[in-house]
Amino acid sequence: MIEVIRITYYIMNEFLQIRLLQVLPIGWNFGWSLLLIPLLPFAGFLLLGLFGRKYIKNSAGIIATALLLVSTVLSIYIAYVYFFEYGKVMGMYQKFVPIQFTWLEFSQGVSIDFGVLIDPISVMMLAIVTFISLMVHIYSLAYMKGDERFPTYYAFLGLFTFSMLGLVMASNIFQMYIFWELVGVSSFLLIGYYYNKPSAVAACKKAFIVTRFADLGFLLGILILSFHAGTLDFNTLVQRLTVDGSEELHSAYTSTFLGASALTWAAILIFIGGAGKSAMFPLHVWLPDAMEGPTPVSALIHAATMVVAGVYLVARMFPIFSMSEGAMHFVTYVGIFSALFAALIACTQTDIKRVLAYSTMSQIGFMMFALGVSGSNLKNGSLNYSGLGAGYTAAMFHLFTHAIFKALLFLGAGSVIHFIHSNELKDMGGLRKYLPITNITFLIACLAISGVPPFAGFFSKEEILLAAYQHKALIYWIALITSGLTAFYMFRLYFLIFWNKGTIVHGEHHGEGGFAMMLPLVLLAVGAAFAGFIPFGNFVTADGKPMEVVFHWQFSIAPVSIALAGIFTAMWLYRKQNNKPVAIANSLNVFYKAGYNKFYIDELYLFITKKILFNLVGRPAAWFDKNVVDGMVNLTGNTTQLISEKIKEFQSGKVQQYAIYFLAGVIGLAVVFIYIWK
Amino acid sequence: MQPGLYHILFISAALFFIGVFGFFTRRNLITILMSVELVLNSVNLNFIAFNKYVWPHKMDGLFFSIFVIAIAAAEAAVAIAIIINLYRSHQSIDVENAEEMKF
Amino acid sequence: MNLILLILLPLLTAVLILLMRNSQQVKLTALIGSVAQLALAFALLLAFRNERVAGNEAQMLFELQYNWFPAWNISFHLGVDGISVAMILLTSFVVIAGVLVSWNVTKMTKEFFFLLILLSLGAYGFFISLDLFILFFFLEIAVIPKYLLIGIWGSGKKEYAANKLALMLMGGSALVLVGLLGVYFGSHQKSFDLITLANTHIPVEVQKICFPLLFVGFGVFSALFPFHTWVPDGHSSAPTAGSMFLAGISMKLGGYGCLRVATYIMPDGAKEYANIIIVLSTIAILYGAFATMMQKDLKYINAYSSVSHCGFVLLGIGMLTKTAMTGAVMQMVSHGLMTALFFAVIGMIYERTHTRQVNEMGGLLKVMPFITTILFIVGFCSLGLPGLSGFVAEMTVFMGSWQHPDPFHRIATIAACMSIVVTAVYILRAIGQTAMGPLKEGYVNLSDAKWNEKIAAIILIGGIIAIGVAPFWLNDLIGPATQIIMNKLAAVQPK
Repeated sequence: MIEVIRITYYIMNEFLQIRLLQVLPIGWNFGWSLLLIPLLPFAGFLLLGLFGRKYIKNSAGIIATALLLVSTVLSIYIAYVYFFEYGKVMGMYQKFVPIQFTWLEFSQGVSIDFGVLIDPISVMMLAIVTFISLMVHIYSLAYMKGDERFPTYYAFLGLFTFSMLGLVMASNIFQMYIFWELVGVSSFLLIGYYYNKPSAVAACKKAFIVTRFADLGFLLGILILSFHAGTLDFNTLVQRLTVDGSEELHSAYTSTFLGASALTWAAILIFIGGAGKSAMFPLHVWLPDAMEGPTPVSALIHAATMVVAGVYLVARMFPIFSMSEGAMHFVTYVGIFSALFAALIACTQTDIKRVLAYSTMSQIGFMMFALGVSGSNLKNGSLNYSGLGAGYTAAMFHLFTHAIFKALLFLGAGSVIHFIHSNELKDMGGLRKYLPITNITFLIACLAISGVPPFAGFFSKEEILLAAYQHKALIYWIALITSGLTAFYMFRLYFLIFWNKGTIVHGEHHGEGGFAMMLPLVLLAVGAAFAGFIPFGNFVTADGKPMEVVFHWQFSIAPVSIALAGIFTAMWLYRKQNNKPVAIANSLNVFYKAGYNKFYIDELYLFITKKILFNLVGRPAAWFDKNVVDGMVNLTGNTTQLISEKIKEFQSGKVQQYAIYFLAGVIGLAVVFIYIWK
Repeated sequence: MQPGLYHILFISAALFFIGVFGFFTRRNLITILMSVELVLNSVNLNFIAFNKYVWPHKMDGLFFSIFVIAIAAAEAAVAIAIIINLYRSHQSIDVENAEEMKF
Repeated sequence: MNLILLILLPLLTAVLILLMRNSQQVKLTALIGSVAQLALAFALLLAFRNERVAGNEAQMLFELQYNWFPAWNISFHLGVDGISVAMILLTSFVVIAGVLVSWNVTKMTKEFFFLLILLSLGAYGFFISLDLFILFFFLEIAVIPKYLLIGIWGSGKKEYAANKLALMLMGGSALVLVGLLGVYFGSHQKSFDLITLANTHIPVEVQKICFPLLFVGFGVFSALFPFHTWVPDGHSSAPTAGSMFLAGISMKLGGYGCLRVATYIMPDGAKEYANIIIVLSTIAILYGAFATMMQKDLKYINAYSSVSHCGFVLLGIGMLTKTAMTGAVMQMVSHGLMTALFFAVIGMIYERTHTRQVNEMGGLLKVMPFITTILFIVGFCSLGLPGLSGFVAEMTVFMGSWQHPDPFHRIATIAACMSIVVTAVYILRAIGQTAMGPLKEGYVNLSDAKWNEKIAAIILIGGIIAIGVAPFWLNDLIGPATQIIMNKLAAVQPK
């Protein structure tokens, strides 16, 4: 056994040129187990993808869940070890790169390295991703039971989990891009899981293409950064681009384009990549449509993990973003606008999952502007970003709590959909009697997202608002309004599902979906209720130095009261069936309609793609190719043919004609030689 | 009057063009063959005349004309063989009828 | 490792095929021959690596030289470097897959396989020859069989397509020949030897005339805009294996020629015309991609996307940086594997549905999961999904292109980058309409892939994944060879 390990290690070292870069503190020699975290789900993907259909159809879910369970345990263990035992050196959380090897070297210093980066946010993300993924795996055991492509479903989930973990652990910006694309494709596969449905096919294509468009920005950002910094490694990038007077920083600052420095451009382009994945305005259009996928998938990918990848990216690149005021402002305003915009739309939607999708977008907007405002205290070009950046911690905290309660909301919604076989709110009502556990857990999640103390969302949102308040009044006020709207639409949803109409008669009263579906709900509800008490500032900060977050109860009055106002408005309007909502909708005619139609952004995109790209670029290109370029080729051929048609008539078969040509030729040559050529 | 080189060349040229004319205008292959003979003989005349008037001490022109006569005989034999074959296949020796070999 | 084996083996196979009595024997011979080719290619790879690891730094390995026509200084000079080895490997992969998917050819089986093997002979000869005359000789050998393959076994407007393809490629070869003669006489060396020519400085005036001749001549093979129109017509009419060979091997002859012959021996010319090459290839990339969006026939889709992808090869060469050139070679290998696989899949689908129009299909995932899975994989490879070969190659080209800080190169690179979005659009459109959606009536009883198709697909996918997951070996293979070309370029005095 030891021999086998030794040989494997040898081969890995020799063949993959794996090298341990850093001598780690004692107890940190579990580099290989770090690799296992993403590789186990990947093994599940391979196993189920290759053999699932034929050999292990029924046990596919169990196998995948078991593999993921190991991953989850490992990552939670690593989080524990990191945060409480070995992560802190000299009072600061350190960045470790325990494993790294060169995957593809472009030129001196610029190479794609695959490695594992361990720092507070990656460890936090590892834990949350594996945990939510595990919940979804368990939940799907019941939810997807009997589905024809059950193994394929779990294979795709495995692929997604693998890619997401790879993304989180990435030590190299290009490695992140690689996994970024991979999560994109697994999202594509899972949205298009019901491939027979034309709407699902359209949705998955849309999701992929919109995020791909954003990835173009990411790619260009990487190219710019790599050009100026001469590296792709995160740590080296940060080192080189944040040290005052460094050659790289100088070159990134001084080369400008359209008035902005290369650094700003790179940051904005990378943010665009993040905005695509995180559904920020105006690249959010794919997210609501992505709800065509199975509901647990929406919970995992389109609520808790993948869509926050953009936030994670900005957080990962935070020191570089903070060097550019322009980029930080861009992040802030896009974030706050998306938050408000999505909240407005969410108030009008009638599809349960779409409401949740817009709420996700809105919450991610919160995280984004929290990141944006946290750099505000930095002077442009200043070296010292430590001690500040409360928004950074807040954003990460909100990411953490949001993942829990949003996954819970989606799984609850899944439970409702499982029961009622419809996504439409008008088919629902009075379900609290049939789905008691779902009812309670959903209520907890709604309270959490609305920011009612002491649930998780309260603490994280409070920190965000605090950061915004310190930054700029305008942003604080918009955030406050949005948070009121959040409470309103979430409780609108809650009351419409579980209260409102009386009991509806449903064919088969199978009630809750069984143990596998309830366990994740309960576990997540516990998380949503208590996760807020984690002193997040002690663990995750912009510079690794623990930070005490102080709460002022006076400050909390406004947010909490506006949240309660939202809740009570929703209660007043939707608790009992009445015609007040309709009346209000009618009185707000134009606005309501605009909101209901998502402010016509989809139509705008459709116009741009269908009308402009297809008709004004694609079609002419195809026409040009067929008629002009190919026409030239055919013209050459035809001309040659025409000439040869004419020439061949000389060959008439009449001997005497030939003789005349011959004679004429001889005379002609004679004339030439006698008179001209001499 | 002793005939000079020019007289003979004139006759030879006339003979040549009569031959060419015949070659171009006749339909009958035998007549065409005869026209060719005329052309060849005009050449013979040229050879002999130049030999006699320009290089009287040499014999090259004579050799050449004898050579041409020999070739002409062979050519006539081949040509007549072709004509006979053509007659067998086409039942005619009209040159206009034998135009299959074209584009 | 004797390089002449690479020529003898296909030759022997071809002759044996002619001697076989029935089609079963023919197919078996062809299969065994192509397996032997694959084995030989791997043996070459290993031997090459061993030599390199052992510290053999010579530019060309396993060189052989026989006098062929001493009066004109033509010698039978063979040798390989990393680029050639990569291309030979690619060829052997495509050949075996091509033979396997042609298992059902019933019309004139013997001649069909004979031509396939003959084509591979031409390709191997081309990639290993170091004498430009021999190189040209093998180039022509590789052209002729294509004419017959399309003209006899093709479909649709096959005569038109065969003529067009053969004439355009012959036109390209004519330019190549003129260019070669120009180099032969203009270099004052009276030599066709690649190494000799590379070590002498050809007068700049000669380079200015001969470089475009050679580059355009080879460019025609590699779908250089605006000489790419043989690609769609040729591919769409060719039989499956014909398309695979055409796109997988013969388009690579062009890229290889552009790099190895034109750019390597005439660096001044390359610098002179680099901007034009960049403009043309950027146009090809974007315009090919946009033209693909409007196609409805699967083969046309892949053919136009080949124009777009081959644009990356020429772009990489035109950028004249080491990284970009390495990327260009990677793109050649990657595109060869990918497009061969794509055509193989299209062939498999067509054999079952009897249509190639995407809008007439739908929901095929249900009835033929294996084939559509391959379609997904190859589509993802085409749109540059990490883990598959396309991503690696394209990114290397982009990174190499971005090393030029001036606006012209920047704009070209950004334009090229944009194609990844357009590619996603057309690939997803094609996949979405064929594989996904409701299953159309009449397709319910279709069967999935058979053993030969499965093996062919798995071999090609193996290649794609081997590059996509572990690109470092390919990079290590190609890198030193492109470095030599770059050294030659760097030695040129700037204008």
